Amino acid sequence: MDYAINELEQEVLNTTRELAQKKIKPLRAEMDAKEQFSKEMLEEYKKSGIFGLWLPEEYGGLGGGITCLAMAFEELSRACAGLALTPGTSALGAIPMYLAATKEQRERWCPDLASGKKLWAFALTEPEAGSDATALKTTAIKDGDYYVVNGAKHFISTGKEADFYTVAVNTNPSRGARGISLLVIEKGTEGFSFGKKEEKMGIRSNPTYELIFENVRVPKENLLGSEGRGLLYLQETLDYSRPGVAAQAVGIAQGALDVTIPYLRTRKQFGQPIITFQALGHKVAELAAKTEAGRAMVYNLTHRMDEEFLPAVKNALANGTTVHDELKKLKGARWTKYSAEAKLFCSNVAMEVADECVTLCGGIAYMRDFPLEKYMRDAKITQIYEGTVHIQKNEIITALIKEYASKEGEE
Amino acid sequence: MKDFKNVWICAQAQRGKLSPTAYELLNAGRKLADDLGEKLCAVLLGHDVEKCAKDLFEHGADIVYVCDDPALENYVDDVYAKVLADMVATYKPNKFLLPATNLGRSLSAKAAVFIGTGLTADATEVIINKEDGQLHATRPTFGGNLMATITCAHTRPEMCSLRPMSYEKAPLEAGRTGETVKVAFNSAKHTSLAKFLQFIKSEGDGLDLSEAEVIVAGGRGVGKAEGFALLKKLADRLGGAVAASRAPVDNGWIDYRYQIGLTGRTVKPKLYIACGISGQIQHLAGMSGSDVIVAINKDAQAPIMKVANYAVEGDLYDIIPAMLEALK
Amino acid sequence: MHIVACVKQTPKSDNVKIDPATGCLIRSGAASAMNPFDEYALEEAVMLKEQLGGTVSVITMGPPQAEAVLRDSIARGADKVYQLGDMAFAGSDTWSTSYALSKGIEKINGIEPVDLVICGKQTNDSDTGHIGPQVSAWMKWPNAAFVKKVVSVNEKSITVERLTEDGSEILELPFPCVLSVVKDINSPRVRSVKGRIAAKRAEVTKWTADDVAADKNKLGMKNCPTRVVKSFVPKREVCSANVEGATAKEKAAKLVEILKENKYI
Repeated sequence: MDYAINELEQEVLNTTRELAQKKIKPLRAEMDAKEQFSKEMLEEYKKSGIFGLWLPEEYGGLGGGITCLAMAFEELSRACAGLALTPGTSALGAIPMYLAATKEQRERWCPDLASGKKLWAFALTEPEAGSDATALKTTAIKDGDYYVVNGAKHFISTGKEADFYTVAVNTNPSRGARGISLLVIEKGTEGFSFGKKEEKMGIRSNPTYELIFENVRVPKENLLGSEGRGLLYLQETLDYSRPGVAAQAVGIAQGALDVTIPYLRTRKQFGQPIITFQALGHKVAELAAKTEAGRAMVYNLTHRMDEEFLPAVKNALANGTTVHDELKKLKGARWTKYSAEAKLFCSNVAMEVADECVTLCGGIAYMRDFPLEKYMRDAKITQIYEGTVHIQKNEIITALIKEYASKEGEE
Repeated sequence: MKDFKNVWICAQAQRGKLSPTAYELLNAGRKLADDLGEKLCAVLLGHDVEKCAKDLFEHGADIVYVCDDPALENYVDDVYAKVLADMVATYKPNKFLLPATNLGRSLSAKAAVFIGTGLTADATEVIINKEDGQLHATRPTFGGNLMATITCAHTRPEMCSLRPMSYEKAPLEAGRTGETVKVAFNSAKHTSLAKFLQFIKSEGDGLDLSEAEVIVAGGRGVGKAEGFALLKKLADRLGGAVAASRAPVDNGWIDYRYQIGLTGRTVKPKLYIACGISGQIQHLAGMSGSDVIVAINKDAQAPIMKVANYAVEGDLYDIIPAMLEALK
Repeated sequence: MHIVACVKQTPKSDNVKIDPATGCLIRSGAASAMNPFDEYALEEAVMLKEQLGGTVSVITMGPPQAEAVLRDSIARGADKVYQLGDMAFAGSDTWSTSYALSKGIEKINGIEPVDLVICGKQTNDSDTGHIGPQVSAWMKWPNAAFVKKVVSVNEKSITVERLTEDGSEILELPFPCVLSVVKDINSPRVRSVKGRIAAKRAEVTKWTADDVAADKNKLGMKNCPTRVVKSFVPKREVCSANVEGATAKEKAAKLVEILKENKYI
């Protein structure tokens, strides 16, 4: 079912579906096999306006919100989760900037972000800090008008290809979690280099790199928000980005079904199409129902988010304030639990659907020239990045405990 | 209109060599001229092409109009079209056949406007209608789903471009001669603002799979990289391109860009010749839209044999050389 | 730089349905779209505009519903769109159609001087490839057909590579000129989100034969030089015929004969 509620969302669906069909599908197998980033796809995304979907027209965007972003990510991932990450990770890297940036910073960065001229990436994970973001070792020490950054980030999506990296650093190590800040570090800054390129199970067309910072001098104008508030922005970012991962997972599940159902209809054994065997047909029905449930979950959430996000953006532009501040003024619902639920559910659905589809199709699906095994490899990442399924459960249960604790005695 | 006499063909001669289409046009034109009781004339434009006249006589031309000038060394649309239009105005042919090659398609179209007459494109059959002596040109339209017969009743000459290989080449009559008429090139009038810079001879196959009207594809049965050279020979002979199913690509016999199928490319040629391809569903997805499918396979039970319009049971290494022989 | 792309609305798939009794195209239910070859012409125009700045205008000749391809052109990056629509145009062959288009382009040229006209190689419904060269003939502008690549371009001229049977040729054409392009030239972009929305709101300029000062004696089924006198569905061989023969040689000869007989080769 389509969840587009306005013209823009409908055209986002139309555009991304055509992109998937005409541009991504012919490329995906080759890019996956070669583990290569596609400059060709980057150009196609730029031409079709994908990078600016969620940014206001003032910056060359299309004025959409989180829903547009999620819809695009779902439809692109339906063809290839790896190639979909080019706009996907650029948005993820830019969301913290967009939330915390001052008017000047927005004007500096958003136009090139919206056009796709500059790609963004998000750098949080470190060798010793992933799920525990408070254990960050990368430091940024103030030195006049600069921060001097030292440390390393790893498993960074779209590494080396992105131009701007939103990096979580500790500006005050003595304060631990309260010392975490966000800095925007530009590729090419002296002392900023790339380490190992990872060889991955899935999403292989998106390069994953290690980032190395050795006495990198970053101008203080590149600090997002204020020092020590990094974790707050990170949490807010994940609240908005996790529905995107959930949408990607729905896309992967749908894509796997798109391959499986036609195959089961044409494949004959014992004289009949194997989809007419009830054991198989019922399995497909279950998988389709779960996929649809995931999709409903995602867009129900993003439409609610947009009801707050879009006015906050409008106000921030009008008042010259940050989006983060405007969101706070508008009551500021906390989406953490719902975002975590969507990501938990959808990523599990994606993995289950891809896995079952491979089994349903049988031997052919295990072969690399049949597109199904790739969906299974790609699905796995949705259970891991932007917080593993277990971290999502932590978020949910923490929120539930709080919720019920506050109700105590109400009965 | 009675002033217009004779059947003309345009003998394409690029880089000093007659195109095979010239002989095909002579064959088609000869029949038209005989049916009308008129002469068959060939038009030869180029530089250092007068020597080709003999060949044209020996393949059925009665008159050869030659315009030989260094300025015609290479094909520039305006120049050629202007020369042709002037020749038509002077000699008034009744019917005028051109080759539906790239050059011929463009030249015939431009010249038709300069001349002020109708043109049928890419005909596969031309006949003289007995009642009124008009040219009836039949051509495929809508991707070959429909054949249309087209006339040009009120203007002369009736022009038509003829699809290459629609007609056999005219037979050789050694020693047959005719009249050569030299036509002067008018450098003041036959001009163009376009400038010809360079010819680049194609290397490799040069043909894009999606544009190819004929595709000769090989599968596992080809057995080795060198086998594709044989397929290429057949493709070249048919003016087509070579492609492959997955197995040869995986085995490194041929580049990925030639792969047809679910994970390769989708093609829709007019003729698809599958050689040693079993016909997996993944492969069929990429080529089942072809107008006509020929399968050559050792295994009569291979799935491809049921999809093909024409199934030939046999070893491609026997069948293809025999086909090349039969095509000579 | 002002570039005009010529486009046509044609049946969507070349696998159209033909009524075997009448030999006519069954139009009802047959989806229409931009002639696929024209997508490459328009894309090249838009790419040149992005490189050099300027305007892309698109012209089509066709019935009222052909407005759809002009809106589609906006989605693909065109700036202005013009439709030649008049009963006087109906039934025109390529000679008359190219005349009408040339009159339309003349009028566009009066609004803003035209540097370059780009057409697709041919249409998927009539497959003639005439329009590009014929428009250039009416305009008295130089042209090149089967263009596979723009080698270079400046304010005064464009250098192109065109496809021949045995290779390719490089030509330099001064502006104004006319190109017809083949599919190798580019890979048409997917219509942008912004373009799709703009397409719905775009203004389509509509001109009659009189608006473009076209001589009606050169237009329409009655006045154009060629005419379809008969159409029929080609005979198709029965599916899955086995080509029989005692030896490989016999089978091969038989196959070649069948293919030739049916004009497949």
